Amino acid sequence: MTEKADSSLARKSNLLNTNWGNILGRFIALIVVFSFFAILVEDGKFYTVRNLENILRQSCVYATAGLGMTMVIIAAGIDLSAGSLIALSVVVVAWVLNINVTGPDGEPLSIVLAHPTAAPLIAVLAGILASTLAGLANGLMVVGLRLVPFIVTLGTMGMIRGLGKGIAEERDIYPPEETWINSIMDPTLSRAGHNWQILPTGVWIVIFGVVVASLLLRYTRRGRHIFAVGSNEETARLCGVPVNRTKLFVYTASGFFCGVAGLMQFSYIGGIGQPTTAVMYELFVIAAVIIGGASFNGGEGSIIGTLIGALTITILYMGGQQMGWPKWVQEMVIGGIIIIAVAIDRLRHRKAV
Amino acid sequence: MGFRLEMLGVQRSFGATKALRGVTLSVQPGEVMALVGENGAGKSTLMKILSGAIPPDSGEMRLDGAPYLPPNPLHARKTGVAMIYQELALAPHLSVMENIMLGIEPKRGPLINWRETRSRSVAALEEVGLDHVAPETPVRRLSIAQQQLVEIARAVALECRVLVLDEPTSSLTARDIEKLFALIRRLKAKGISIIYISHFLEEVRAISDRFTVLRDGETVGTGITTEVPDEQIIAMMVGRDVDDLYPRSSRTPGAVVLELEDVSGISKPSSVALQLRRGEILGISGLVGAGRTELLRCIFGLNAVASGKIRVGTFSGTATPGKRWAQGIGLVSEDRKTEGLALGLSIAENLTLSKLSGLGPWRFVLPSRQRAACVPWIKRIPIKCHSPAQRISALSGGNQQKVAIARLLHADVDVLLLDEPTRGIDVGSKAQIYQLIDDLAAQGKAVLMISSYIPELLGTCDRIAVMSRGRLGPARDRDQWDERRLMAAAIGQDS
Repeated sequence: MTEKADSSLARKSNLLNTNWGNILGRFIALIVVFSFFAILVEDGKFYTVRNLENILRQSCVYATAGLGMTMVIIAAGIDLSAGSLIALSVVVVAWVLNINVTGPDGEPLSIVLAHPTAAPLIAVLAGILASTLAGLANGLMVVGLRLVPFIVTLGTMGMIRGLGKGIAEERDIYPPEETWINSIMDPTLSRAGHNWQILPTGVWIVIFGVVVASLLLRYTRRGRHIFAVGSNEETARLCGVPVNRTKLFVYTASGFFCGVAGLMQFSYIGGIGQPTTAVMYELFVIAAVIIGGASFNGGEGSIIGTLIGALTITILYMGGQQMGWPKWVQEMVIGGIIIIAVAIDRLRHRKAV
Repeated sequence: MGFRLEMLGVQRSFGATKALRGVTLSVQPGEVMALVGENGAGKSTLMKILSGAIPPDSGEMRLDGAPYLPPNPLHARKTGVAMIYQELALAPHLSVMENIMLGIEPKRGPLINWRETRSRSVAALEEVGLDHVAPETPVRRLSIAQQQLVEIARAVALECRVLVLDEPTSSLTARDIEKLFALIRRLKAKGISIIYISHFLEEVRAISDRFTVLRDGETVGTGITTEVPDEQIIAMMVGRDVDDLYPRSSRTPGAVVLELEDVSGISKPSSVALQLRRGEILGISGLVGAGRTELLRCIFGLNAVASGKIRVGTFSGTATPGKRWAQGIGLVSEDRKTEGLALGLSIAENLTLSKLSGLGPWRFVLPSRQRAACVPWIKRIPIKCHSPAQRISALSGGNQQKVAIARLLHADVDVLLLDEPTRGIDVGSKAQIYQLIDDLAAQGKAVLMISSYIPELLGTCDRIAVMSRGRLGPARDRDQWDERRLMAAAIGQDS
């Protein structure tokens, strides 16, 4: 073997079989879906700034929850409690904002009015913490009881939803005052007078989250461990990977990101602590991850793919709405797309191996 | 008397490997024919062909004079050829009678005729000596020995003409073995032909009328059991010369790096003692199921150690694979596909998984460094591939195995635990692996290696110990062993 051949050994790769080739294909599919609606929706309404911004805003919740879900699915798990985790965060945020403290005159006073700066911060941290702890509980049960993740999270899906309803006493919680949490998802681009922050806060959070999660998955030991555990748990154990700790991590991460998604959802639904929000969201989130190229068998998937998946689902949903498709058609189309995406993946794999 | 079952020159290849090169075998009605041979001699392929799971490439098979070429296992069973595998094939949640009549359920119209199902099961159970078991009992409530009898009852209910038993005593107690033998004699008296596959010569002596020896996929001998001494049968089983496949550099054993004292696992191994030194290759011979793999897994912290002490340097506490890697011990699994490698991941991921530290700052891992770390090993062993980013499933078995071994080199371990390191790979890769193992020992690494292929052990190892039924015999220099002695020790005939 010549020196030249050696040095090329480390670099040479076939574009179609790499991550980037993989993601490029999905991106093209996204463009195709977008173009489809851009052409068909009358008067170019689909590609107005306002609509584009709405697509971004709408996809934020799925994308954020999808970050954790991607890690879970790469580790060959599943988190069916995602929707309930989001709702828990929503409720806890509203609940904290509704706490009364003793005011300076000895009368009970809303925490928002007593501590206008600290209160929303505490609420945000509490919301994220609650979901993160619930995610940790998922992980502990998967690892400790050695149960199938599907079963554990199917159970906690109900338990966490119930907990949220309990905290809210089965009503919507209306915080006494608006805070900056309400405006996380407010449009910026399409509002009169261009805003200095360009994109809505929620979109920035997604971008930040995507970068962090991508780096974590691709460039850290923990990330490589997640792939290894998902691809073959036995091999991972043989190689000294802390399998249980890795599993705990992904479920906790899913809880954390669902907590953040809950803040967005809270803002999106108008700053109400609604315990019945985000029902069935886990299915959309899982669909986004799968459309993004993750495999239910584990060991495969990417954050960028999930982001594309979340955007694809949102575009399908909003496009269908703007085309005036009846709800049943929308539902059937989205369902069909999921199956087609996975079927194409299968074919591609069979060719590659 | 004519033959019940005859196989003449049966051949079968899988890709380039010839599993069966020409098997000739016959069994008469009411006869017990023992089929013996080393691991990998082709016994399981032979069974698959008899059972109709795979067709032969060429050769002839006759059942009671008529051509026999079953298209599928159900057909084979219905024509009267029944198999009892080592791993029992019962549906654990179904009842005894449902299992017995599985696939041949008597019907009344579209419905199952439960009365007939029951009566026929009861008759079959009586025949195998399980008359005290209610036919409604779920199979999972029975002991292993009873489950095996249910399988035989299933064959009886089919009115089988040929019954093939694969290592039927491997999980039975001495008392159950006696019962089984009594049953085999009863079935024999009824005129059923029995093919009895076994490693253990003592069993062959106890139960068989005739024997046939299989080696490298070929029939190498046959005879009447009482007329041929053990030594001659063993010679037929091994009968090979050690060729020059095995390099051997001069090396001197150094300090003890791994020491076992009276180590027992949950069921296997039992009270094993051994010492492994730097710069030596210690081989463990024995039959499949003797407890060799369990021993390695106990050492590596993958199986629980019930009692005894494993000392690595100064450390002797309980171990996990993670700790063992940190102490400089690595393991290559015998099962490349389900445990050894993550087939969905790349060569680089698989190779570096044992040691991701040092491939980036802090806890980061840079994929480019991961790939670069593989290049020296890919060149040195060498591993045939396009790039370290290639999916490992695209490689040949031999090259996959080389990646599994390279993982130990990447982690720079001092002690290599190799479980069947050359199983199922081509001769070219084998030679490269032997060369590599020899190099490593010459560098002062310690190698503990399991193999079922005796010439390989004699060719590569400095010392060899034999494991039989969970116990490890003394490690002796390799020139004190030969194939016959190793085989004799493995089947419990050690002097």
